[in-house]
Amino acid sequence: MNQLSIFKLLNLVIRRDLLLAMRRRADVLTILVFFVLVVSLFPLGVGPEMDMLRKMAAGVLWVAALLASMLSLGRLFSADYLDGTLEQMMLAPQSLSVLVLGKMIAHWFVSGLPLVLMAPVLGLQFDMSVPALLVLMLSLLLGTPILSMLGAIGAALTLGLRGGGVLLSLLVLPLCIPVLIFGSGAVEAVTSGLSVVSNLSLIGALFVLCLVFTPWVTAQALRISME
Amino acid sequence: MLEVSNLACSRGDHRLFSGLNLALLPGQIMQVQGENGKGKTSLLRTLCGFLLPDEGKITWCGEDVRELRENYFANLLYLGHHNAIKDELSALENLQISSGLSGITLDEKSAVSALRRMGLKGRERLPTKVLSQGQRRRVALARLLVGDAKLWVLDEPLTALDVGAVALIRELMAEHLAKQGMVIYTTHQPLVIEGVEMRRLSLS
Repeated sequence: MNQLSIFKLLNLVIRRDLLLAMRRRADVLTILVFFVLVVSLFPLGVGPEMDMLRKMAAGVLWVAALLASMLSLGRLFSADYLDGTLEQMMLAPQSLSVLVLGKMIAHWFVSGLPLVLMAPVLGLQFDMSVPALLVLMLSLLLGTPILSMLGAIGAALTLGLRGGGVLLSLLVLPLCIPVLIFGSGAVEAVTSGLSVVSNLSLIGALFVLCLVFTPWVTAQALRISME
Repeated sequence: MLEVSNLACSRGDHRLFSGLNLALLPGQIMQVQGENGKGKTSLLRTLCGFLLPDEGKITWCGEDVRELRENYFANLLYLGHHNAIKDELSALENLQISSGLSGITLDEKSAVSALRRMGLKGRERLPTKVLSQGQRRRVALARLLVGDAKLWVLDEPLTALDVGAVALIRELMAEHLAKQGMVIYTTHQPLVIEGVEMRRLSLS
């Protein structure tokens, strides 16, 4: 009998998805370019009033990150579904939840991490202070994995549906609202001299909650979609 | 051994088959026959647990496969209509990853030799998108050569294959049966293995 340890499978799935992402670099770049463009449009549209820009910076960056991470969700499972790889994954001699977790982690590396790294550069356009930039990065670091995890549930539920992309956004965006509120709230707190601990710990709690439940929920949704 | 009792399956409101019984013992091979749309693929997908049967039970060595789950999957090799290979990856990477998912760590040397036996010499490192349909099927079928799954569930394994490749699949099936393996498959092409009783199940 073939025994496949959890970490070996996680490692395999993450490496596979990252390798595929490297071969289709355009997809990764699309997300990043979208993020950069949306954020950069605001100072142009609103005008160069520093006070206003500083106030809206956190919200704009967070909303843009949310929309950018929606872009790539449609492809999270659909490519594997169409070419039959998902069937093979469901037959792996290990829990499907582990496999799904691997795909979520890989998705975050490709679509979440670049946003976290890019955010401080874009924050400069809004004249954000250094502590605010640091808190922004920290909140995105905790928050973007949640977006990948919640998004995976939606992606699994809308698998194989026509027009699934729009439905996916309708399903997932409302679920992401708490992340958006606490994420931008943390940055606003630091700019107004308040403590960021409460906001960040709430995001952290959401992160842990998602980490525990979403792989299992997504796996169940995938099983339903495969029927 | 695989045992199916009183299985019923439907797609939407349409009942495909009901009261289906079958038993497959080590060393046996069974062809599922039937016209298009009679439920051959649905039967095979039900055996793999992708579809839930309306009624009936599927057992592996006396235990319900829905309870065995991973322990059953470890004994199962399924090859469907789709090849489950990635266009962007080379034949070698595809084979290593797909066998990795089924729990087999495959070093490069044995992967290359499996691909060579499938007649893909010199194509191992090419991205599979440049291969022909038949060659891509061969990449998918290379999984039959690696691993030690006892039960092969093959849905139309001979699609897009040339005469040489069909002979090779026949040879692989004969080897598998000689090792007390089991095969259940569908095909619309004649396939006879010398010295083995070819059992048939007709869905109508």
